Amino acid sequence: MLRFLGRRIATMALTALCLTFVVFWLTNLPPNLEKVAKSEAGSRISDAEVASWLEKYGYSRPVFARYGEWLGVVPGHVAEGANGPEGRCILRGTDPAAAPRYCGILQGYWGWSNVFKEPVGKILATRLGLTGWLMFWVMAVMVPASLLIGVLAGMREGSKLDRSLSTVSIATTATPEYVSGVILVTIFASSVTGLKWFKGTATGAMDEITFENFFLPVMTIALYGIGYIARMTRASMAEVMTQQYIRTARLKGVRFRDVVIRHALRNALIAPFTVIMLQFPWLLNGVVIVETLFNYKGFGWTLVQAAGNNDIDMLLGCSVVAVLVVLITQLISDLGYAWLNPRIRLS
Amino acid sequence: MDALSWPAILAAMTLQLLPVWVALGLVFTVSRIYRRHLGLYGRLFDSPIGMTGFAIVMFWVFTAIFAPLIITHDPLAQLSGMKNALPGSALKSGADTLFPHYLLGGDALARDVFSRMVMGARDVLAIAPAATAFAFMVGITLGLPAGYIGGRLDTVLSFVSNLVLAFPVILLFYLLVTPEIQNTGPLIAGWRASIPNVMAAVLFGFPILFFCILWNSRFFTDPRRRNIYIGITLALGLWVYAGLAFNADPTGIWAMEPNLLNVFVSVVFVNAPTVFRIVRGLTMDLKSRDYVAAGQTRGEGPWYIMLWEILPNARGPLIVDFCLRIGYTTILLGTLGFFGLGVSPESPDWGSTINAGRRLLSVFPHPAVVPAIALMSLVLGLNLLADGLREESLKD
Repeated sequence: MLRFLGRRIATMALTALCLTFVVFWLTNLPPNLEKVAKSEAGSRISDAEVASWLEKYGYSRPVFARYGEWLGVVPGHVAEGANGPEGRCILRGTDPAAAPRYCGILQGYWGWSNVFKEPVGKILATRLGLTGWLMFWVMAVMVPASLLIGVLAGMREGSKLDRSLSTVSIATTATPEYVSGVILVTIFASSVTGLKWFKGTATGAMDEITFENFFLPVMTIALYGIGYIARMTRASMAEVMTQQYIRTARLKGVRFRDVVIRHALRNALIAPFTVIMLQFPWLLNGVVIVETLFNYKGFGWTLVQAAGNNDIDMLLGCSVVAVLVVLITQLISDLGYAWLNPRIRLS
Repeated sequence: MDALSWPAILAAMTLQLLPVWVALGLVFTVSRIYRRHLGLYGRLFDSPIGMTGFAIVMFWVFTAIFAPLIITHDPLAQLSGMKNALPGSALKSGADTLFPHYLLGGDALARDVFSRMVMGARDVLAIAPAATAFAFMVGITLGLPAGYIGGRLDTVLSFVSNLVLAFPVILLFYLLVTPEIQNTGPLIAGWRASIPNVMAAVLFGFPILFFCILWNSRFFTDPRRRNIYIGITLALGLWVYAGLAFNADPTGIWAMEPNLLNVFVSVVFVNAPTVFRIVRGLTMDLKSRDYVAAGQTRGEGPWYIMLWEILPNARGPLIVDFCLRIGYTTILLGTLGFFGLGVSPESPDWGSTINAGRRLLSVFPHPAVVPAIALMSLVLGLNLLADGLREESLKD
């Protein structure tokens, strides 16, 4: 068990290193750095001035050295500025002499956001908090709803209830967030054609979450996931219902309801558990789309802003979070699967 | 001219789509008559779900094919007075040569929503299946040896594929599908070795590799035939390859705009690892079968066993996944359009149209809702088709 865990975590760390390096490399391509130089030193500077600016602030060093600096294993670059030394490790308004030599992700220093004019770590904390609420409500709606649909559809395979619920779940998986969002807003929030039950924007939900301003974004993300999880649950439930022990229980005279709840449910929920965990990375996608569509300024919105405005440190911070979410959910899903399913041994 | 009511709008659209109905009717009649001789495709017509899905998919395919006949206006033409016009509005400026109404209204730039939706089907149906096919070629060519041979090859390939899968899709799109990325990288003999170009050069090579191995493993005992097949594959393949990956097709038939190439390559790149995992899993399952052992005893080569013994037996799940994956690719393309990445703003593809329409969503929903429903119905059709195929292929 421990060896398995150790190996998994080592692979995870390697994956995280590779992925963050790829993001670092892609965000630090020459045209992006040129944009940084122009936004810092003035947009009309010549190519030679751009080159000298990049040289001065250490951007022209090899990408591996700069990745190491960002990570916190290579000393931070120090440049001679107009008012004394400037550098990544020297925060604005602090004494250069007291600045640490290393400042990277490993030291907890996430960098400075050029767009929001704040430290990246601080922005991420607030934005992730907002997205956390969104995720929480999505999960609270999605998991019970999809499990219920899946169990109801799978307990009598081929029945009318099964057919109709399966069609509903296929329809929701065929509706990506940007489509269901548009349709839901048109039906429920549009001031011309709609019912005006809910608000078409979730900006207000950042201060106070109400049913009126949060229902549509949550439903938009949840709908896409519901169909997928429900189909997995249905398949798993239908398979369990054909097992010998279910028939035995039925023949012994146990009521159908009790068979489903006592005998079938636990075994049928093993497969959906993995699916739900692996759904987290997908939620990330949905979160980005929905936060953009409903103007809810959480993590996804920040990611779009950072990517659109060439905010390199912010984008790197976002990608670290995103990659960690994906990797940790993968690990939990593997461990949880093994824990729930006694037939699997980790070794 | 008066504005049309909803029944009149529907009637006018049905009439405009006449070529599609005729083609659909023909395909269905012919297929139903000969369905006992058409294998899996014929059996699709026994399942109501599969048939519905097939009908929806073919509806969009025919709409894309006959798009120039169906559209009522030029999808880029902006007519005065038609800005955000409601569905069924009559044209303000009465030129007699034009269709007298905007059937599904006008968008924020006074263009006809209906015509743009129809032309958008062309864009989507040109890119999504092709990108999926490329992803399958890459996934199959790498997944078969990873599953069959295993060992270190499998470890490395699986690690790389997990790497790509752990990458948040949207972040990848934002990083890869930017115009600037086309202009970075060293220039080699007039060809810019930028990231998308290099990726295209690698990814587009896989189909050629696949078919060469396919012919060679089967016909290496008959060199004359093998040389003919491989010669034809190489001639055709390299011609298309030169055009698509290097933009160096002398005849100019095969070429891709840099933007489109960006989008295409990223979509293939995102899809290939999943296909790889499916193929690898299927191969690992099938390689313990008796016919594989029999092939090995007969002295068949590993590539022959992979491509001519295992792959045909894995076709059921792969066909089903192919349908699902086209739908997924359509969703991805829509996501790209939704974030305004890659394609030009004038392009009528559904994702970009939804993106353009969402700004006025609460006042004039129709420019965004029409492409949204179109996209949803196509993906729904593909999912239903996949479901029908799965059901029918499980019956044997």
